[in-house]
Amino acid sequence: MSGPITYLDHAATTSLRPEVAAAMASVHERLLGNPTGSHPPAQRARAILEDARDEVAAFLGRDSGEIVFTSGGTEAANLAVLGTAEAAFRARGEAVLLASAVEHPAVRESAKAAGRLGVDVRELPVDRAGVIDRDALDRTLSSRCTLVAVMTANNETGVVQPLADVVESVRRLAPDAYVFTDAVQAAPFLDLAEVGVGVDMVGLSAHKCGGPVGTGALAVSSRVELSPRLYGGGQERERRSGTPDVAGAVGMATALQLVTKDRAAAGVRVAELRDRLAEGLQAAVPWLHRTVAAGVQVLPGHLHVCLPGVDREELLVALGAEGVCVSGGSSCASGALEPSHVLAAMGVEPDLAVGAVRFSLGYDTTAEDIERTLAVVPRVAASLRRAV
Amino acid sequence: MRVLVAMSGGVDSSVAAALLVEQGHQVVGATLKLWGGVSDSGCCSVADVEDARRVAQQLGIEHHVFNMTEDFDRKVVTPYVGAHAAGRTPNPCIECNRTVKFDLLLHRSTRLGFDRLATGHHARVSSPAVGGSLSLRRGVDGAKDQSYVLSMLGQHELARVLFPVGEMTKDEVRAHARRLGLRTAMKPDSQDVCFIGRVQGREGFLAGRLDLHPGEVVDADGNAAGTVDAVELVTVGQRRGMGHGGDGKRRYVTHVDIAARRVTVGGQDAVARSSVFLSGASMTWVDGPLRGGARAVAQVSAHGRPILCTVDADEERGGLVIRFDSAQRPVAPGQTVALYDADDPDAVVGAGIAA
Repeated sequence: MSGPITYLDHAATTSLRPEVAAAMASVHERLLGNPTGSHPPAQRARAILEDARDEVAAFLGRDSGEIVFTSGGTEAANLAVLGTAEAAFRARGEAVLLASAVEHPAVRESAKAAGRLGVDVRELPVDRAGVIDRDALDRTLSSRCTLVAVMTANNETGVVQPLADVVESVRRLAPDAYVFTDAVQAAPFLDLAEVGVGVDMVGLSAHKCGGPVGTGALAVSSRVELSPRLYGGGQERERRSGTPDVAGAVGMATALQLVTKDRAAAGVRVAELRDRLAEGLQAAVPWLHRTVAAGVQVLPGHLHVCLPGVDREELLVALGAEGVCVSGGSSCASGALEPSHVLAAMGVEPDLAVGAVRFSLGYDTTAEDIERTLAVVPRVAASLRRAV
Repeated sequence: MRVLVAMSGGVDSSVAAALLVEQGHQVVGATLKLWGGVSDSGCCSVADVEDARRVAQQLGIEHHVFNMTEDFDRKVVTPYVGAHAAGRTPNPCIECNRTVKFDLLLHRSTRLGFDRLATGHHARVSSPAVGGSLSLRRGVDGAKDQSYVLSMLGQHELARVLFPVGEMTKDEVRAHARRLGLRTAMKPDSQDVCFIGRVQGREGFLAGRLDLHPGEVVDADGNAAGTVDAVELVTVGQRRGMGHGGDGKRRYVTHVDIAARRVTVGGQDAVARSSVFLSGASMTWVDGPLRGGARAVAQVSAHGRPILCTVDADEERGGLVIRFDSAQRPVAPGQTVALYDADDPDAVVGAGIAA
């Protein structure tokens, strides 16, 4: 494969920022000890780790003590869901978990696993735009609830959930329950310190923000009773054993600092490029269906469309051959695309869902990327379109 | 040419891809995900997809996985189950070739701008004369020949497919794979239907999807001769489980009545058949139909013995009657009969399904 790459799949992963690579490399310029030791290299490692922790905490507007470093967003979700479920089971003999119908597989599959262990798992429906149904939430909440999991913004559609409303409902109707939000997708663009007020647990992933794959974090309020998923040396205050990945933590911290610095400007710039892409595509492909209705809050980089009569598997192959990189949705273990549970929960007709495509822009997307995409997608879509 | 290679993760399709790359074509590999359930043999367990992907990587070609589980379930698995309920025993691999691999996948390859779709089947496509029609022929390795499961292909499909390993024996294929250091060189051939696991077997698979009914076994005179656990799993001509008659000789199934839940058995003479009727609607021809009275060679199973026969139209019943030169075990309803040229027995003429 040669030729220029037009990368519009930032929701899948982002390129490692040069400053992040440099910061991570510098960590190893001198011997890095194990942070749990007591000698000078260990002390140095500990200091570096804690500085990184402070940065992550500042990014979320929380206390350093709340930050648990993990191997990524998936581990953070598993810890939040299964960790609270197990703790509740041990304390009270039961656990009730509410999760939105559009959660990322890391949360969804964790919830299913919890269900197989005896947790009472309820799904919270969403409306046509994929926004959580407040009335259904209020009806489902009870004093028996352990955890309410609602992602900050959806990875497929970019739709932003009304987290403040969720927090308010939970405080009123299930004050003992915890609220967990998977903020992996929202982190590059939303001010999580503001958005996460009152939320008990927040999940983050470094590689969605220009940081390294293999590092993430779960912020955990002190009130949360959480059982660890990984047992061992008791690191991360008994919440997550294993020698901490200091370089990874530094990478994450550096990435989040850069995000904060440029967030407002990047949001505006990216949204403008996204809107230009959306308008251009709609004009060149009149039969294109914009999945999320206008007026719904969506992350600045996301554009989700459905192309009736086009098979998204074919579209991805054809676009990839021209260097245009986008996504069709979640893959299964073998790498094949799976039908989207998000679109199903939103009530998107299967005929449309088959042609679902996600464009996700990032901080380094340029106007040229948009022009190139507009030069390729309409032609390819037209050539693949079958009579409906 | 731009060629899309269907890669199952087996050594044949691995070498097919390798040969095309060596020949200088622009090759892309694709593995079909057809079945998401229990399965331990080829075509799409995750391990097989991984094997295909890694071979593609070794060959320096792109690899994609196409999720066709819904179509496969609708066009192959569901009809397979339904057929058994009606006393028919189709070959699902033939239906997969007919409706998925050489239909959906073939159309997809065209839409994506590929000139050809290649597979690792042991078969050959050739053009006997300049401007003449294409011919589908047995693969060079008689023991591995797969022309039977491809016998439904016509000129339109043959014009767009490539079978690179058809000119090689299995040993040559494996040797080629070893020479290239392909990880699938020593991988055993998959034996079973891709959606039926070895442990559960056909019985276990169908039992989970069909109501299976026990039945009585009777002889030609209607005398009780035993029972079966599931009439839907009994095929005409079957010897297994039918025991022996009063004369001490093996018994064979001569008739299955699903509705009455009755299996009739008889001796070898009773079960011998001199002909089979193929429904007209099921007939496919490589290059136009045979004339009434034409001689041909029939093959009634994937690696069955070729049988000399005569082909005649049966206008009344709307199909073809294949009259065998010598009596055969019955061809069960739903089974495919492939017809080969009497003068050129490697060449497929057409195929139909026993009614």
